[in-house]
Amino acid sequence: MSMKFVDEYRDADLAKQISAEIARLSGGQPLKLMEVCGGHTHTIYKHGIEDVLPRNIDLVHGPGCPVCVLPMGRIDDAHAIARTDGVIFTTFGDMMRVPGSRGSLLDAKAEGADVRFVYSPLDALKLARQHPDRQVVFFAIGFETTAPSTAVTLLRARAEGIKNFSVFCNHVMIIPAIKAILDSPDLRLDGFIGPGHVSMVIGMRPYQFIARDHHKPVVISGFEPLDIMQSIYMIVKQISEGRAAVENQYMRVVRPEGNVKALEAMARTMELRPFFEWRGLGFITHSALKLRPEFADWDAELRFAVPGLRVADPKACQCGEVLKGVIKPWECKVFGTACTPETPIGTCMVSPEGACAAYYNYGRFSMAAERGQLNLQPIAGAWQTF
Amino acid sequence: MDTREVIKPGLHMDVDVVLQKIERARQARRHKFYLRDEKITLSHGSGGKATHNLIEGVFAPAFTNPLLDPMDDSALLDMGLNGSTRLAFTTDTYVVSPLFFPGGNIGHLAVHGTVNDLAVAGAEPRFLSAGFILEEGFPIADLRQIVSSMAEAASAAGVHIVTGDTKVVQRGKADGLFINTAGVGVLRTPRPLSGANAQPGDKVLLSGYVGDHGIAIMVAREALDIELDVVSDTAPLHELVAAVLAVAGEGVHCLKDPTRGGVATALNEIALTSAVAIALDEHAVPVRPAVRGACELLGLDPLTIANEGKLLAIVAPEVADAALAAMRAHPLGHNATIIGTVQAEPAAMVFLRTEIGGTRVLDMLVGDPLPRIC
Repeated sequence: MSMKFVDEYRDADLAKQISAEIARLSGGQPLKLMEVCGGHTHTIYKHGIEDVLPRNIDLVHGPGCPVCVLPMGRIDDAHAIARTDGVIFTTFGDMMRVPGSRGSLLDAKAEGADVRFVYSPLDALKLARQHPDRQVVFFAIGFETTAPSTAVTLLRARAEGIKNFSVFCNHVMIIPAIKAILDSPDLRLDGFIGPGHVSMVIGMRPYQFIARDHHKPVVISGFEPLDIMQSIYMIVKQISEGRAAVENQYMRVVRPEGNVKALEAMARTMELRPFFEWRGLGFITHSALKLRPEFADWDAELRFAVPGLRVADPKACQCGEVLKGVIKPWECKVFGTACTPETPIGTCMVSPEGACAAYYNYGRFSMAAERGQLNLQPIAGAWQTF
Repeated sequence: MDTREVIKPGLHMDVDVVLQKIERARQARRHKFYLRDEKITLSHGSGGKATHNLIEGVFAPAFTNPLLDPMDDSALLDMGLNGSTRLAFTTDTYVVSPLFFPGGNIGHLAVHGTVNDLAVAGAEPRFLSAGFILEEGFPIADLRQIVSSMAEAASAAGVHIVTGDTKVVQRGKADGLFINTAGVGVLRTPRPLSGANAQPGDKVLLSGYVGDHGIAIMVAREALDIELDVVSDTAPLHELVAAVLAVAGEGVHCLKDPTRGGVATALNEIALTSAVAIALDEHAVPVRPAVRGACELLGLDPLTIANEGKLLAIVAPEVADAALAAMRAHPLGHNATIIGTVQAEPAAMVFLRTEIGGTRVLDMLVGDPLPRIC
């Protein structure tokens, strides 16, 4: 990736122009837009997009952070597998610090479990080849974005006859979560910034019900600051014209039909669970994937004794309301005091895609406080010394 | 501006309650280091927040004394020899994995790291000690190569390795080789340089590209299946420091080499101990395209990635241009830039103006994207 490539999407003057257009089209009407994907939440806070947007646009953070939506019981199950003798437990870096009721995987590692972080499930399969005497387990998490790579890894494990490899499958699907949010009475939304990477796999069609049945615009967006600005512009334009449609801002990556090969690989290896628990959203039917019976030999849930218990979230934790967009992170009882990225209580404070971590790390709460309390002009005023 | 309009609270929240919470969170993030863990995790070695929690929770209270308490890179000792000899004294341990990486090996780091800790205290590095913990089975040929790199690095930096120690542990009890070095240098500034001296109005200078060392290590570990042409920036900084001090003198308020935790952590330490705010311009921070690309791919921030040959200087505004010119005239500072400014408020925080024209807080590193970087 060259520097020029990203810089094109980070032009401050262009951002200002788009913002002016959004202001003109929306005419000051307060609009609540949900960015479904945690990757978008991260970009919005990392780049300070709210500083550039007109004040009447309120961005609400959705459930699309795979680490955040995983319930505590599943982390405890992972803990149990990781502590089994002879197991090398592999996971993405984010998952290491997520607290379960018996501590995080980082704690399990400190107590002697062999927990390693990997960048892809294929790295875990490589470990299985290198350690034929050990059981290598991959902690598979994520939406339709990461499920295909898990699927491809499973197909390869079967083709090569690698038997000391298994997958602890926690893949979830975005559409049931959006449905749950639309059906929730807590929140009134005016439109959705659609997830880019998920849509690269599932395409545009699955979102049609949002426009058709709920009359809300959806714009599938890329992950650079100007991608998000443009997507907001496209949503506001639809609203101003009285339309609700599914549109694609991320055309350089997302095709309307999605990635058929990836969907096939998923269908060959995984099937729907009848229901799955989401942190904050509760049990949602047909919202997650498990391995198909043909892949039982590679299914960690069958190979190892997992407790499989439902564990209630810590009482103080309000991740659920944050994930549904009902409250802003700083409104949570423990935000920034008992719950910080170093000592997280809830998942939203762990993942860089989590709304709480984004607010905390990038200091949005203190910016807001400063603007409000100290009555500073838009924060750019603080930069006059440059 | 109406507060109520700005903070857009949720449906059931009282604005005053929200503001109280925000203030509590702000206070908590500014000042308090708590150690809540029961066991050491890799995060405690990251150089970021967990490391500070460990130091403040275990070491500082046990060892407390006026020389240690400033928590600078070196202790400053007034030896009273002829009434004027003031020394800087520091130590560092090296556990980098792998031992050999593009741009150097653990031997270079063991000399440069300690030399740099002395240099940023304003001292001329003179003497080093070297302690080795060797694992049974470690190849002598590798040891020879590492030791000869140390000798070369020491000679290039004008320091002598004057005392040492060797221990061997059973196979499996150490990962090849660990090195500890301590260093002594003679202070050459009239006033000791400390992280507590930054003042509003000061300029923040950075001597070149950030993140090279951390990304080079990552590539050497084959954690990434990509080809990247990045080498470690490991280098001794004492000459660069001398060049800056020669032109800027007492106008130099703080110096720091941003190693573990990167520029973000180093500047947060200064903002905390000096009780000032530091405002950075993201545009101005030099990052190599390859490093930036790797960081984009991995979701890392180049500002939190380790460096081993970069200098951060906080200088009075009137000497900023001279200090910058002096840096640029030195081979290690060709790409030096002014990356930000010190302001009075909001104290103990580092802010970043993003490329798109927004702002955000730049915090210390939390967790560890990459353990055993040096």
